[in-house]
Amino acid sequence: MSIVMPVPDATALKNRDAIAAALRAIVPGDGVIDDPDALRPYESDGLTAYRQPPLVVVLPDSVEQVSAILRWCHAQGVKVVPRGSGTSLSGGALPLADAVLLGMGKFKKVLDIDYDERIAVVQPGVTNLAITQAVEGAGFYYAPDPSSQIACSIGGNVAENSGGVHCLKYGLTTNNVLGVELVLMDGEIVRLGGRHLDPAGLDLLGVVVGSEGLLGVVTEVTVRILPKPERARAILLGFPDAEQAGACVAQVIAEGIIPAGMEMMDKPAIHAAEAFVNVGYPLDVGALLIVEVDGPAAECDHLIVEIDRIADENGAVTRRISNSEVERLAFWAGRKAAFPAVGRLAPDYYCMDGTIPRRRLPDVLRRMEELSAHYGLGVANVFHAGDGNLHPLILYDANRPGELAKAEAFGNDILRLCVEMGGVLTGEHGVGVEKRDLMPAMFSEIDLQQQQRLKCAFDPQLLLNPGKVFPRLHRCAELGRVHVHGGRHAFPDIPRF
Amino acid sequence: MNQVQPDSAEQLCDAIADAKRDGVRVEIRGGGSKARIGAPREARIVRTTGLSGVVAYDPAELVLTVRAGTPLAEVEALVAAERQMLAFEPFDHGPLFGAPAGAATIGGVIAAGVAGSGRVTAGSARDHLLGFTAVSGRSEVFVAGGKVVKNVTGFDLSKLVTGSWGRLVALTELTLKVLPRPRVSATLRLDGLGPAASCTAMMRALGSHAEVSAAARHPDGPTLFRVAGFEPSVVARCALLSQMLREFGPLQRLEEDMANALWRQAGTGSDLDGAMLWCIHVGPRRAPEVAARLASHARRVALDWGGGRIWASLDDPVVPVRSIARAAGGEALLLRAPDAVRATIPAQHPRAPGVAALEARVRRAFDPDGVFETGRFLDEEPAHAD
Repeated sequence: MSIVMPVPDATALKNRDAIAAALRAIVPGDGVIDDPDALRPYESDGLTAYRQPPLVVVLPDSVEQVSAILRWCHAQGVKVVPRGSGTSLSGGALPLADAVLLGMGKFKKVLDIDYDERIAVVQPGVTNLAITQAVEGAGFYYAPDPSSQIACSIGGNVAENSGGVHCLKYGLTTNNVLGVELVLMDGEIVRLGGRHLDPAGLDLLGVVVGSEGLLGVVTEVTVRILPKPERARAILLGFPDAEQAGACVAQVIAEGIIPAGMEMMDKPAIHAAEAFVNVGYPLDVGALLIVEVDGPAAECDHLIVEIDRIADENGAVTRRISNSEVERLAFWAGRKAAFPAVGRLAPDYYCMDGTIPRRRLPDVLRRMEELSAHYGLGVANVFHAGDGNLHPLILYDANRPGELAKAEAFGNDILRLCVEMGGVLTGEHGVGVEKRDLMPAMFSEIDLQQQQRLKCAFDPQLLLNPGKVFPRLHRCAELGRVHVHGGRHAFPDIPRF
Repeated sequence: MNQVQPDSAEQLCDAIADAKRDGVRVEIRGGGSKARIGAPREARIVRTTGLSGVVAYDPAELVLTVRAGTPLAEVEALVAAERQMLAFEPFDHGPLFGAPAGAATIGGVIAAGVAGSGRVTAGSARDHLLGFTAVSGRSEVFVAGGKVVKNVTGFDLSKLVTGSWGRLVALTELTLKVLPRPRVSATLRLDGLGPAASCTAMMRALGSHAEVSAAARHPDGPTLFRVAGFEPSVVARCALLSQMLREFGPLQRLEEDMANALWRQAGTGSDLDGAMLWCIHVGPRRAPEVAARLASHARRVALDWGGGRIWASLDDPVVPVRSIARAAGGEALLLRAPDAVRATIPAQHPRAPGVAALEARVRRAFDPDGVFETGRFLDEEPAHAD
């Protein structure tokens, strides 16, 4: 692994037994794990190239315990890494050798559901899918649907501001969360937002969502639930190349249609998926689009015909409209299996996550081909085409010396390319450990320092999830210094008093 | 006049540095349409109106970058020409204070987190700001967020500066998400419902497949529903809505001009006469109880966001509107009041002590010397001495 983590604090390592004992006084029973074998399952999250057993794991089951753990760690200067279900693809929950890993898996309760106000109040360990399961009997669902939704927790979704294939129409986590209960690093419990919209004061909830576990630990989440759409229909479209597929996407949006999902796959991804699940994807096309519309039946039936027309005008050589739920799900089966399918092409794959302005897609794909040749590593692309979010899957073999490092270098080049094209380093997976050192490609030192000052307002000792997001953590006192301006007034004519 | 009008981010930086050297506080002001919200105060006014104009607009990408001092009306005309819109439906506060509409800037709208009736389904200003350039209280220019619709790189400072009322930064450039304007927008009117029945009908509509994009109760009594989208869908959903709400009475579709006027009155607080104007945010289920307690005091009451936002105008400054809101789990923003009232009652609903302390620390993270602390919100701590 090429990312350097902060040097472990020797005192914390030495005091490991005392730390475990102190945590046991707060969380009795089996809630504290310090046996080296039992720590192993926690040594990585979804970014499995990075592994590090934690100092000790603690699994509280009440906000009071979370508060007491953080207060104690704060007083002792012990670092803490929060963890939900451990599905982060950017290493957000990667343990540190000298840090307590705070697992929120015991917070499993759905606390309140209010269909009139269309909200659900849940504990952070509830999985994304479990929220939908709790409300679907009444015809509702929770809209953001990251592909790990069966396993990922809503607390982790809040930390990462998770997206999914439907977020062009329905937004990311941040657009679907109304409030949280948050424990700060010093143990203080605060409530941000709640059951009503647009609370007074600074939108602290807005920065807590997506803060990657650096600002606080979420112990309760209030989400917005939506009536489940009456119908969904999909159309499968094949194009000779990505350029035409991209033009089709642009025209769909220009005609005022915001589909529920709009996914593109390139030739290697199409072939891998078809070989894996055999759902009848055309193999003679350069790009495949799946466009899904949802909502009232009258709307779906109208829009699917419109999209078919637009695809025809843009040179689609395959156009298949779903006429049943079975057929619609078959269209998606290949896309949903794309990652494991690509996984069959090589022993390992590395999933990237940049966003670009959609119009730059052909340029980006061309440059990516050149990079692929340069590094000698294959790449397959799946793409949330509606919002420009690329997921290149780099194929490599970790058992070949140097190949992981090559895959990482290739990935970094792709992300720098996204920024160069006017895009960003991460669309939905987060910065975490993975993209930490690339932050200067997108932000100046002044920009990053301003973000870190926000961190200091929440956690001035920098104890919560250090080594993530920021390439270099400045001490808060250092960031507080104000640089001195010269003595000249820029606006000499106004009255002074 | 104690006012400067920089015409670049760098000049704005200098203006803030100047103010710090002079030991004066700075109020960032766009068109001044919201200047009479909050306590009367003494501050050097830094106008953003010199930072005007479109930087980049790519309709196909759904992204617009614009300088903060650009008039809202200009931005809306620009996107309307491409059959797009700002889906959070910002509006101009000028008419609430007897001024004509037209002065509000896009920066002011973002800084105050202004959203209209569509907010209940489309999200607020916070949900549509993708990135920005700003000058902090340290007089440093910095950027945050990005210029694409999907981005989680770094802390989401766009959320934080939206609704921060110029207390963290002076915004200089904004990147906004724009959306297609619906082809057809139908307004259906339902008469004869009191606030309680109206809220029941609105909650039912918002939780249904009719996919209403807005629901409000006009101060004169009619309950309004908006159904927008493509023609065949709008026709089908209007029929569904009529059938679903038949126990409440017949729905009547309004002409567009009439509908627009009614939405403006129900959703922006305009035409609600009275010395005091409050805006209450509450869980919609509790809205009827708030409306009932306000009934004997208020001149006019409008319910927006399906009951989640209540506009109330009154003449009497001593009515405990804030306590009424709090008792229902909500909170109240004081928008309009005589100077003497504004000098003592904070415009914003007070936060719990822990949250207020955290907010103060966050403000210091952007503005260590308190140069933006003008006393407008009656909750400032003393700033450091220079």
